[in-house]
Amino acid sequence: MDQRRVDPRGALVRPYAVTRGRTEPRQDIALEAVLTASPTQVAESRFAGHDKHRIATVCEGRAQSLAEIAAYTRMPLGVARVLVADMVTESLLTLHTAAPAEGFEERMELLGRVLSGLRRL
Amino acid sequence: MDFAGYDPAGGRPGRGIVSAKIVVAGGFGVGKTTLVGAISEITPLTTEALMTAAGVGIDDPSKVPGKETTTVAMDFGRITMAQDLILYLFGTPGQTRFWFMWDEIIRGAVGAAVLVDTRRITDAFAPLDYFENRNLPYVVALNRFDGAPQYEAEEVREALAISSQVPLVMTDARHRDSVKQVLVTVVEHAMLRLQSEHGRGFPTPVG
Repeated sequence: MDQRRVDPRGALVRPYAVTRGRTEPRQDIALEAVLTASPTQVAESRFAGHDKHRIATVCEGRAQSLAEIAAYTRMPLGVARVLVADMVTESLLTLHTAAPAEGFEERMELLGRVLSGLRRL
Repeated sequence: MDFAGYDPAGGRPGRGIVSAKIVVAGGFGVGKTTLVGAISEITPLTTEALMTAAGVGIDDPSKVPGKETTTVAMDFGRITMAQDLILYLFGTPGQTRFWFMWDEIIRGAVGAAVLVDTRRITDAFAPLDYFENRNLPYVVALNRFDGAPQYEAEEVREALAISSQVPLVMTDARHRDSVKQVLVTVVEHAMLRLQSEHGRGFPTPVG
């Protein structure tokens, strides 16, 4: 799994340059939180810059987690998180919920679904 | 008690896509990525975090000799269980000095599997301590390596100093069915823990 960066900009661009130096996302997004982009959102993302458009394209037609977005775009996780949080605010991506962290019933229901999903594999 | 008859599966229309994650930990070379790859529907992916940015206020990058930034890589896989349910498997970075990344990986996790190589059993100490400290449900999975000494489960339990409450399973991280059983054990254990803590009036523990 030694996929080296193929991004032609390579190390010539400082990682947070694409976020204009911001390292704090507008909202916290879990590693496994999934995002989707509709064809309309993908089309609109063209006007939001190359990096955001790449992210929207990755999420078109298939839900992708923040971790997947970072891996497929070869962006460091922190950079992807800032851009994805912006895109959620700008309605260029739809954020779905990660596992509910609170509430016994909700948590048990989720674990039960994961368990039966595993057993069916 | 197990959850053999527990099957609340079914669609949840209108509630979006839910994702969950299970953490796979263990020492370097113990087979974490092999385990993830054996069951993931995608070839395990790698995502990287930069320590200077992600570790601000948590870790002191100046303590890393000769480097201003350190890249921490973690591997992960994916299992799409239903249109609205995705399970992710995250491998922890090998070195335990990257605690900030571990904190991120376990936040909200269902539970963890600590993969153990009987030839290097002490490699498991750090993840075991960490999960106990963070109150994350975990199971211990002994990865059978060809030619490695075979120990009884109880010997390993004693060597690792884990309580009888912690499930211990044998596995072959290369085989899908074996890995599936490890993950089933993680989820069952997490459900039991959640139930018993709920019964005792504890708040829901999450990584």
